[in-house]
Order: sequence, then structure tokens, then C-alpha cells
Amino acid sequence: MNEPLLTVRDLRITYRGETGPLHVVDGVDLDLAAGDSLGIVGESGSGKTQLLLALLGLNAGARVAGSIRYRGEELIAAPDASWRRLRGARIAMIFQDPMTALNPYLPIGTQLTEGVRRHRSLSRAAAWQRALEMLDAVHISEPRRRMHQHPHELSGGMRQRIVIAMAMICEPDIILADEPTTALDVTVQAQILTLLRELRTRTRVAVVLVSHDLGVIAEVADRVAVMYAGRIVEQADAPTLYTAARHPYTEGLRRSIVPLEGALPLRLPTIGGLPPNLAALPPGCAFAPRCAYAWERCTTTPPPLVVVSEPAGAPADEHRKACYYEGPLGLAP
Amino acid sequence: MTTTAPATTTALAVEHLSVRFAVAGYPQGLRAVDDVSFSMARGETLGVVGESGSGKSTLARAIMRLVPANAGRIVFRDVDLLTLHKAELRAMREHLQIIFQDPLASLDPRMSVAEIIAEPLREFRPRLTRAERRERVLACLGRVGLLPEHLQRYPHEFSGGQAQRIGIARALMLQPEFLVCDEPISALDASIKSQIANLLKDLQQEFQLSVLFIAHDLASVRFSCDRILVLYLGRIMEIASRANLFASPHHPYTRALLQAVPIADPVRARARTTTPLSGEIPSPLSPPSGCVFRTRCPLAVARCAAEVPSLRRVGDSDVACHRAEESG
Repeated sequence: MNEPLLTVRDLRITYRGETGPLHVVDGVDLDLAAGDSLGIVGESGSGKTQLLLALLGLNAGARVAGSIRYRGEELIAAPDASWRRLRGARIAMIFQDPMTALNPYLPIGTQLTEGVRRHRSLSRAAAWQRALEMLDAVHISEPRRRMHQHPHELSGGMRQRIVIAMAMICEPDIILADEPTTALDVTVQAQILTLLRELRTRTRVAVVLVSHDLGVIAEVADRVAVMYAGRIVEQADAPTLYTAARHPYTEGLRRSIVPLEGALPLRLPTIGGLPPNLAALPPGCAFAPRCAYAWERCTTTPPPLVVVSEPAGAPADEHRKACYYEGPLGLAP
Repeated sequence: MTTTAPATTTALAVEHLSVRFAVAGYPQGLRAVDDVSFSMARGETLGVVGESGSGKSTLARAIMRLVPANAGRIVFRDVDLLTLHKAELRAMREHLQIIFQDPLASLDPRMSVAEIIAEPLREFRPRLTRAERRERVLACLGRVGLLPEHLQRYPHEFSGGQAQRIGIARALMLQPEFLVCDEPISALDASIKSQIANLLKDLQQEFQLSVLFIAHDLASVRFSCDRILVLYLGRIMEIASRANLFASPHHPYTRALLQAVPIADPVRARARTTTPLSGEIPSPLSPPSGCVFRTRCPLAVARCAAEVPSLRRVGDSDVACHRAEESG
């Protein structure tokens, strides 16, 4: 068994809304070990980005409760100094838009070496050498020239490679990636996903990849958690989640993907209704208003995340769902 | 009041269209759309696919005359749209409408939904009574899946999917013949994308609309379009029917685009043996000589740098590639 790096228990993130508290993350548990690759799927309002920010202690203006332990050290309400020691050094982040992560005024070399000089107290020359190695590792052509260039002189794909190099340069244990390919073209997205897979096998860094796209998650993640309205509604190893989903929302997301080959439906299967409004969530399951399987119980008490009872012999330990419905998912959700 | 459409089977013909933007220091300018020709049948949905910088949005905006064209013709209802003066163009607008990628940015935040949807009627059907106008607004509202209670609200009160329904209602209010959809579902949540894709397809069939559907995502195009045009650096790489494009893509760029789509199956995704296309789309300020795709093309030979490939028939598709026969 791998050593646990990160243990999250009953994480709750609450913002003050105009009409009352907004529970953007509402009781989430996570476990991450070295070399893990966890995908988090969710749409707008699911809380996936807020969850990632909590792992860096960056939810400005929110009340964060519960427990986040990194190698046993409790980080909720930890002093800023503890976070500064971890951020960038042990837990690093790749953002959706590389331009927001890079300083437009500084050359790439300065930005790449800044973190490693601070966290590792390397000399200027040693940090420079390390940055060149990282640019090579993320397959940037002409690394020496790039060190003197500014972000605007590089293409979108190259900028995202630089951001990945910046995240990897201190050899962190955990990389958090928030929609890292959403702003990129499809051919460049394929390159970046290949790079993330390659870095994982080479360094055993644990990756948490957040995306709205089940396709992107399938390319990288070994385990998948599906979030809806601030809660995990289903989690499983990736093959199980994609072939034997047991939550109507997961199944609905999976079915709404248009296949590139084979038969084409006349109408796309849809999930009806609207995305959840966090300011006015129903008392029971947040998905119930959009769910074809909802019955009375779903509208009164939110279902807990429990182990799915699989047919005898199936490995079921890690497959969990938050849904009262036990029958087959034959209908559209 | 509405003039009947000319009795022809062609909805739109674009002939040798070029759009250049002036850029200081580049006498050639930026060639956003470069000698593009295609035609669309009535009732057809044509997908235009390409990565950023391919010129797909510029093409859509040139057809709407939101950006000026430098050369070519855009024939719609037997007239060249590029020759129309302001008043003539305005009159043509009732037949030719557009919906945008970001619905919230395309709706006036100070207008209520009722005002937004009724605006085309006030402009083009000034003789309608208030009651008639309200009746049409309510009918259109219901058709796109909105409720009467939404009429008095403002755009910011809606989610992306709902706002796109408002944009669609506004575009369809005058029952146009031709609809340009500029990435209509790209910015929406996954669970909402398929709702809007279904709605657009239903409306296309109900109103026999001809639709130019701009997208960067091949999967959505497969569902929505009859025929697909692949653009790269302002030039057409391939035009094919949906069936042909997905079953037997002829252009190496089309194949690369198809292979780059993430596979929503972790087992198959990791068993894939193809390597992604390397590099990125070059700057349209200095496009490669010959075939614009050659700098990233796995099949490029000397001829590709010397000679611009013309669009020619290969199988049942039109392909601009010197080596299309060898690779299909």
C-alpha cells in the first residue's frame, strides 16, 4: 500500500451569499497516495475548482472546515507559513489559462527559477541549469532561447508546457491541474495530455485532474470522482466508472458524449433541467429535480456516499455512490 | 410582407472569398480567409471545423458582413451580399441571422428578455399591433423552451444554456432562411450541450433552415451537420459528407483532428498507438509556402512546399492534398 500523501475528511467550504450561506463544497472526503491519478468531473457550480483551491489554502473569503492532512500534518487553520512551505514546493498547481499563471513582464527564465531558488536555496546558476532541464523534460524546443523570451512570444501550447515545467521544477508530491487543456486546441490538448501521462510515469508525482470533460479525464485518471452541487455523487476506478456507472448523473454525462464512430442517435440523450443553483438547493438530493429515478425519499434526505453492492465476485471496495436508486439505469436520467 | 425566397436549391454560394486584416509591418496583411469557395443546399447544415486561427469565425462574420471581405462573392437569394449597401443589407438581415458562442455577451444587459426577443419584430414588422407582437414573442419563447415568467427578467439572471435559448429565440423571431451558428454550444456545460444541440436540430428541421455551424469540436459536428468543411490557416483542407469525413478522412489534418479527440473510455484511451500531431498552427502573418499544413504534416514532401494543392475530388470528398490518394 502506498503511503497516504493527502487525506481530506468532511471538507466544507462556505461563502456568504446574498440570500444566505453558499455551501460550494459540502462534506467531501479524498485520499491521495504517491503516484495516484485522480480525476474530478463536474460542471459549473459543482465545487471542483473550490476543492482544488482548498488543497492550496487559497479559498479567499470562504469559511473552510473539516480536515486536510498532508503527510499527517493538519492544514485547516494552519498558519500561513505552513502553506507557503507547501505551495509550489510540495503541492503545485496548473491553471486553465497559462496567461494568468505567468507574469507577462518577466522572462520565462526568471519565472521558472524563482520558485526553485526560494524553496531549494539553489544558486542562480544551479537554478538556471535546473530550469533548462525542466524545459527539456516538457519538450520545449530551443530551451536556451526560451529562457530569455516573454510569455507573449510563445504559443498557447508552449505557455502551458512552461506552466507545467514551473509546477514540476521543485519536484512536488502532488500536481493539481484545473482544466489544464480547456483553453487549448484539440491537437495541442492531445500533446499536453500525453505529456501529463509521461511525467506521471517518470516521476511518480500524484495528479489531481479537474475537468468537465469525461474524455479528458479518461486519458489521464486511474480513479474518478464525480461532483454535483458541492458533493461527490459517485467515485470508482476509471474502468468501472466508464462502464458500470451507478449514479444517474454520471450515466447521463456519459451518454451525452457523441461517439466519433458507430451508430448516431437521432436525438442526443440529455440531462433535463438546469444546473444546480447553490443559493436554492432542494432539501434532499441536489440532482433529484433533474433525475428520472427520483422518488419521495430523494426529495427529503440527501443520500450518503456509500459502497455500491456489486454482483458477487466484483471488486467493489472503491466504488461508491450517493443515490438511493438501486435498479438498472435503463432510462435517460 | 415577407418576400418569397427565390426558387433555387442553393442556399448560399461562397466564391473565392478572401478576408485580410491590415497589420503594421506586414505588407501582405493577415490572411484570415484565403480563397475559400463552397456552396450549401437549402435545408443543409454545413459544419466548419478548425482550430483557433483557422479563420472559421472570420468566415462566419464575413458572411454576416460583420467584417469586410477583400475579394470574392457571397451569393444569397440571387444577390452578392458583398455588393449590398447598408439599407439593402439591413433588409437582408431578416433572412440571415446569427447566434454567438457566448450568449451573455451577445445580449444587451439593459434589455429584458421580452424586449430582446421583440426587437426584431419592432424593426422589421412595425405594423404589428402590441397584442400580435406579444403573441409571436410568447410562441417563440415556448418553442425554445423558455417560460412566460422569463419575459420580465434580464440576461444576467440566466444560466449559459438559458441565455443561449434567448439568443436562439431572437435569431428565429423573423423566421430566417439561413442561420449562422458560431460555436453555439462550445461554452455550455456538458449536460446542457446536448439539450441545445437537440433544440437547434429540431428547429432546423421545423423551419427548413440552412445552417452554417462553426465548431472546434468534431463530436458536436458529427451530430449536427450533414456535411463538414475543415479549415486550416484560412484555407479549405477537406469538404466531405458526415459519413465520409468520419469513416474515411482523406486529408492528413482531418485524420489528426479525429485522432486528437479524447476517448471517453480509459482502456481504449490508453491502448491508443497514434502519436498526437506535433507543433501548433503557425502565425497567419507568415503562413508556410505551398500547402499551409506542411510544417506539421507527417506526409509532407518537397512538392508540398512549392505548390499550393488545389481542392480536388478524391473518392466522394473534396481534398486539398498532393498525397491524398496515397494516404486514404
